[in-house]
Formats: sequence, structure tokens, C-alpha cells
Amino acid sequence: MTSTAPRPVATLRRPYPPVRLAAAVAVAALTLVPLGYVLIFVVAEGPSQAADLLLRPRVGELLRNTTALTVTGCLACAVLGTGAAWLVERTTLPGRRVWTALMAAPLAVPAFVNSYGWVSVTASVQGFGGAVLITTMSYYPLVYLPVAAVLRGMDPAFEDLSRALGNGPWRTFFRVVLPQLRPALLGGVLLVGLHLLAEYGALQALRFPTFTTAIFDLFESTFNGPASTMLSGVLVLGCLLLLVGELRLAGRARVARVGGGVARAAVPHRLGARTPLALLGMAALAVLALGVPLGSLGRWLVVGSSTEFPIGLLATTTATTIGLGVAGAAATCLLALPVAWLSIRHPGLVSRLLERSTYIAGSLPGIVVALALVTLSVGYLPTIYQTATLLVAAYVILFMPRAMVSLRAALAQVPPELDDSARALGARPAAVLWRVTLPLVARGLGAGAALVFLAVVTELTATLLLAPIGTATLATEFWSNSSSLAYGAAAPYALLMIIVSAPAAWLLTRQSRREVVA
Amino acid sequence: MTQLSERPQQRVVTADGLRVAGLQKSYGPVPVLHGVDLAVPAGALTAVLGRSGCGKTTLLRLVAGFDRPDAGTVSIGGREVAGPGGVASPEDRRIGYVTQEGNLFPHLTVAANVAFGLPRRARRARFGVSALLELVGLEPSYAKRYPHELSGGQQQRVALARALAPEPGILLLDEPFSSLDVELRESTRRAVAAALAAAGTTAVLVTHDQAEALSLATRVAVMRDGRIVQEASPAQLYRHPVDRAVAAFVGDVVVLPATLRGGVAECALGGLRVAAALADGPATVLVRPEQIALDAGDGGVPAHVLDIEYYGHDAVVRLALGAAVEVTARCPGYALPAVGERVRLAVQGEVGVEVTGAPVP
Repeated sequence: MTSTAPRPVATLRRPYPPVRLAAAVAVAALTLVPLGYVLIFVVAEGPSQAADLLLRPRVGELLRNTTALTVTGCLACAVLGTGAAWLVERTTLPGRRVWTALMAAPLAVPAFVNSYGWVSVTASVQGFGGAVLITTMSYYPLVYLPVAAVLRGMDPAFEDLSRALGNGPWRTFFRVVLPQLRPALLGGVLLVGLHLLAEYGALQALRFPTFTTAIFDLFESTFNGPASTMLSGVLVLGCLLLLVGELRLAGRARVARVGGGVARAAVPHRLGARTPLALLGMAALAVLALGVPLGSLGRWLVVGSSTEFPIGLLATTTATTIGLGVAGAAATCLLALPVAWLSIRHPGLVSRLLERSTYIAGSLPGIVVALALVTLSVGYLPTIYQTATLLVAAYVILFMPRAMVSLRAALAQVPPELDDSARALGARPAAVLWRVTLPLVARGLGAGAALVFLAVVTELTATLLLAPIGTATLATEFWSNSSSLAYGAAAPYALLMIIVSAPAAWLLTRQSRREVVA
Repeated sequence: MTQLSERPQQRVVTADGLRVAGLQKSYGPVPVLHGVDLAVPAGALTAVLGRSGCGKTTLLRLVAGFDRPDAGTVSIGGREVAGPGGVASPEDRRIGYVTQEGNLFPHLTVAANVAFGLPRRARRARFGVSALLELVGLEPSYAKRYPHELSGGQQQRVALARALAPEPGILLLDEPFSSLDVELRESTRRAVAAALAAAGTTAVLVTHDQAEALSLATRVAVMRDGRIVQEASPAQLYRHPVDRAVAAFVGDVVVLPATLRGGVAECALGGLRVAAALADGPATVLVRPEQIALDAGDGGVPAHVLDIEYYGHDAVVRLALGAAVEVTARCPGYALPAVGERVRLAVQGEVGVEVTGAPVP
């Protein structure tokens, strides 16, 4: 074959390596436990019972709210995340390092802290508009981060070629850049959609009822298992629609560079007279996503009448939170690796199914995962009920998609030919993984771990249900204070949550800086 | 395999470096290799030459062990690595593999890349790295650089050093020069040929570039539609191609109908000597343009010059023999006729023959 002939055929037909396949199947099986619980419950209830529980005006309203929020939020996050990533990575926008940090930072402010910040300032954010605004401000980094990473690694030669072929900058963006961004963009939007379907705290505070808040209310008020599990079934359906949609749109394009050696650094696009406008837009985004919640938090810390600093409780809660975060991040990344590797290196029906199945659990509301684990552990494994192990298992199931997206993107950038070269040099498959693949995906792995850590630190619903008695995290302490309107007492926990999240967020930005240097 | 009658080999060959027999491979319903036979002498560089899609890369991947053959055997240095007895993993075959892009590990320095295939202790000590860099014509100071700090040609040299480091039984080169620009290609080719000769490694070079194959290799195997159609020394291949397609693939060729009679082919260019002893009858002669001289004097075939493509060192002259026949001649640049001039042609040396009506091998 010549230099232009692609060689995907050979890689497509390789058989699955048995040990890695078994590991991936085991991981997928673990993540499918909660889904299995929901499905078996729904089937056991039967169609007439299901119709009885679902065909109500209240369910119609929930469906309208959930759909409107998911669609609007996804679009808003896609536009804002991609636009901001483009400005930061590919233009002469001043202050690139600062913006890189600021754009990822909202991940350290959980949506329920964000909503607390807004609600405690003005009640006008309650309802649909406020829900879209606040969830978008909280979740656009999920699009920004993967898109920015791909923009950094993208070979600028394709853009140059497009310009040479007569396309202007806008046409080039839509015809050349966007198609290359597609896997990262769609992966990010998928995550946003899944988060919107599962969001509880923020929407509860904003009084915008969706399926997830309704399920929580049902469970809290009446312990109504059948009704809440039936509504979970509808949520699972919504999640499946998102997954299938992404699957259809993402396509089979190979995004690894095929060209020689290493890509050249891109020449940034000149903003020129548009610089002030771009700076203004970025500043507005930073103020809405960070300024308002942090300002409001600061105000409560200083002037709140209920503000108090119980040092001992704050310290133990912080330590507990960090320990759970580290354990959750390590376990999730370790378990995501075999599935991500298989889905990139051996694309096929089986690996695709395994990968997708790990996304399903991550889209279930935390309470459904928690309920499934409570029910099953009480019934079959009472020794792990009320232990940190069960809580970490819930985190693994819930946050696997975050690790998966980062890992898969990193793995897709590693040309499979490197594996061949290493094998030809005498390295066994395990050695190839250890000496070639892992060092090359270390950044992706680190990014995935940081994302999972951030998620665990700010996780609320599953932690409320699964934390062993006497174990409190910063999120649960914050929630119990703020939901009883003790805004001042809640503030120190939110502050600590942000401080604990800061190193992981900093790790994410430091990585992007190093990639700029390298 | 089409085995031509060969002059005795110059060098003494103890065992085949690589032997491939009856190798078959399909991807789904698409057959790629239809029973490939190939013997590569130890210590020599053999080129597998073919157009894109002929299956040469598939052949190389089967030899390397990245894919499993449907049928047939592969033996490296006398040891069967793929066949009815099983298929060895790439890491168990003692092969060196150099890809089109080099594929250096981007996270490792040049020294770490070169040492990658060595045992752990030798790897730590960077054992032999500077000697290998010297072998491929790179300064030892390159050892600390990263792949993205190297030019394409340097990357390919490092890739070769990396492949040679574990002292492989056979080196597989998959179009290693095709991604380089012309100038780098020439110098990198020379460096690679010198390094291979110095290391004495058996090597297989897959390429679609006939000049590369003819100039670098000791033996050339021409591949077409998943088969080896001819395997010979470069000179043998060029002067005595098995058919006109092979002839045209390895160079320019003038194809003329002829009649064979007693080792002489009668055609529009007169009676030409043929190399092989063939039965009398209709045939096609394959004449290289540089065999046609324009200054034959009275005994030559009369022709007149239609046009001239001038290249400096030489020129291609298109000539008309009477009304119906046109031939091209390649003449040195210093002695050219004028367009329209009448000249007399003679053919120097033996010509190749394709026997008309015989099945294409």
C-alpha cells in the first residue's frame, strides 16, 4: 500500500484478547447492576401497574420540563464550551493561562452551590430560565475541556489546506475543525445531557421539577419504591436516547494523526479589533459561572448571622471527603482502563456494547444507583452494607463516564502502529500497556482521575443515602444546612469543597499548560 | 513463484533468512494474498515491489505476526513462526520493524527509543545506543532529544537504530522512505543501506518505488494481485522481465511484435538477440529505450525524429519507423539529433521477450 492507503482493516479484524475482554466484561457487569435492578423491578410490576403509575398529568409535566432543560442545556453548553475553547486555544486572546484556569474552574463549584449562590441573591432565577442558566454555567466545562484538549493536539495542516483551497476562516471552522472536534464535542455534550438528567440539588433549590427531583421527593416523603423506580425507568429511556444519538452522530472516524512524527504548533488566529469583544464575552462567562456563586458565598461567610466555624467537625469532614475522592478516582480510572482500551483498539460490536453499558449507569440519578446498591447489599452482601466500599462502588458506577471520555480521547490519539512497533521490539502485550500506552495516556488518565475526584467531592444524592452512619462529607453537611436555610452555616462547607477541589482543577489546567509547552 | 534460470549466486547462502510458502489471506470476502511464495537469502536486502493494493503490506504484516495467515507458512531463520503448528506472537519472532512514519514513541528520548527492545538492564545502561546512532549516521548528541525535535529523515534513522538494537533475525521495512522529501530520501536511503550492510542483517523492504528497489536491494520480488510474479536480481529483473507489465513497472519499455527464430527475434527494429532459449514462433520483444542507439550507420533501421524530451543528463527521443511504428530511445544529453532529422537505429545487447499466447504467470 502507498502512503495514502489507510489500514484499518487489519486492526478491525483482530480477535479480542481474552484477559482484557474478561476484565472489561466484569467492569461493565458491575456498572450494569443498578440498571438491572430498575429493569427487573419494572418488569416485575407489569404493564398495567406501569401505566397506572406513569399515565398522569404530573408525569407529563415532568417529561416536558426534563426534555426542555436537557435540549436547551446541551445546546447552550456546546456553543459556549466550543466557543470558549476556540478562543483560548486557537486565537491571540490575551491571558491564555488565566482563561484556561477560569474556564475549567466551574467544575469545582457544584451546581447545587451555584444555585445556592444565585437563589440567596435573587428568587427570580427559580423556574426554567434560571435552571438553564445555572446548569449551563455549571456544566459547560464538560464540553470545554475535551474540545480544548483536541484543539491543542489538532494538526493545523488541515486548516492551512482548507484555507489554501479557498475556504474562509468560518467555513474552515465548520468544514475542517468542527468535524475533527466531533468526537470530543459529542462526548462532552453527552456528559452534559446525562448530568442534566441526573441533576438533583440545583433543580430542587431552583424549584424546577424534573424526573430526578420527583423521584427523590417520592422516596423521601413516602418511600414509594414502585413509583420512584417506575419514573427511573423513564429516565433510563431518556439516557438511552442520548447514548444512541451520540452513537449515530459520532461515526467511525479515526482521529489519530496519520501524518509523520509530531504535529507542528498552530499559528494562532489574529483577533485584532475583535479582541475587546472576545475578552468581554469571556469575562461575562467567568462572572456568571464563578463570580456570582463565589461572591455570594463570600458575602455569607462574612455577614451571615448563622455563620460559625466548628473547626473539629470541618476538619474531619474534609478528611473524609478527600479520602473518598482519592479512593473513588483511583478505583474508577483503574476499572475504566480495560473498557476504554478495548473500545479504541478493538472497535466492534462487543467492545462498543461494553463501553456504552458503562455510560448507562452514570446517567442514572444517584439515588437510583444508591437504592439499587442498598437493596442488593442488604439482600445478598450484608457485610458491605453501610461501608465505605459500597459508597466507592457507587462512585465508580456513577462517574465511570468521566474517566471513560478522557481515557478514550487519550487512547484514540495514540497511533496503533506504536503497539506494533513495541511488539516487534519484543515487548509482550502487558509490557506494551505499561511502557508505551500508559505513559502516553498518562495525561488523559490524570484528567480522568481529576474529573472523578471533583465529582466525588461534590456528590450529594448517593452520598446522602450510602454514607455509613456518622460519616459526613462536605457536600452532605452543606446540603443539610442550606436546605434548612442556614445559609451562613452552610458557607464554610462550600468554601472547603472549593478549596479541596482546587488542586484537581489546578492539575487539569497545569496539564494543559504543559501540553502547550511540549 | 516464477523462478527464472539464474546465474549461480555469488555469495554462499547457508539458510534462508525468510521463507514464505503458499501464504493466503483474505479480509472478509476480499482475498488479498493468493498463495505467496518467497525465499529471502540470509544477510541480504530483498525488496518486495508492487503497486498500492497489491498485498505487499499485508505480506509484511503476516511475516511480522501482526495478523494471522489463512493458510501457508512463514519461517524466519529456519524456524517456523506461522503455519499449521501455530502462530507466534510478534514479540517472539525476533524481528525488526520500521514503519512508513517511523512511529517513534513520542514520550521517550532518542536513547530510550533505541534501547526500547533491549532487556531491562541493558536498557538502563543505554547499552550500545551511541554505537547504533553512529551506525545510522547520527551524532551521539541526538540521544537526549525527543522525536518531535528531529527531522523526518532523522526520525527514520532512529527508527532503524531502534529496530536493529535487539539484533533481530530479520528486519522488515514498510516503505520507510516514502514519507520523506526527495533530498532526505536519498541521504536516508544511503544511510540505511550502509547501516544494513554493516550490520549484516537480513532485510525485507516493501516499496512501490522501482528506483528504490533496484538501487538498494540485492534481490527484488515483484508482487501483483496478491502473487509474486517475478523474483530476481535487480539487473536480471530489469533486463529480463517475465512479461510486459513487469517490464513497464520497473522502467520504460518499447513493446514490439516479433517472430522468434533460432534465438533471434525479428521485429521492426531488425533481428534482435534474445537471452532465454525459447521455442520459435510469434512473440513480443521488450526493448529498453536506452538500448536503442541512433548512430548505427548504413546497417541501421531508418527512422526520423518526431520530438525530444530533454532532461539534461539524457533525453527521450520519439522516433517514427515508417508510417505505423513508433519507438522511444533514451540518448545521452550531449549528442542529440534535431527534430525531423533522419537517423539510423540499432539495438544494443539482448532484449527481453514475452511469448505471445503463453499464459501470464
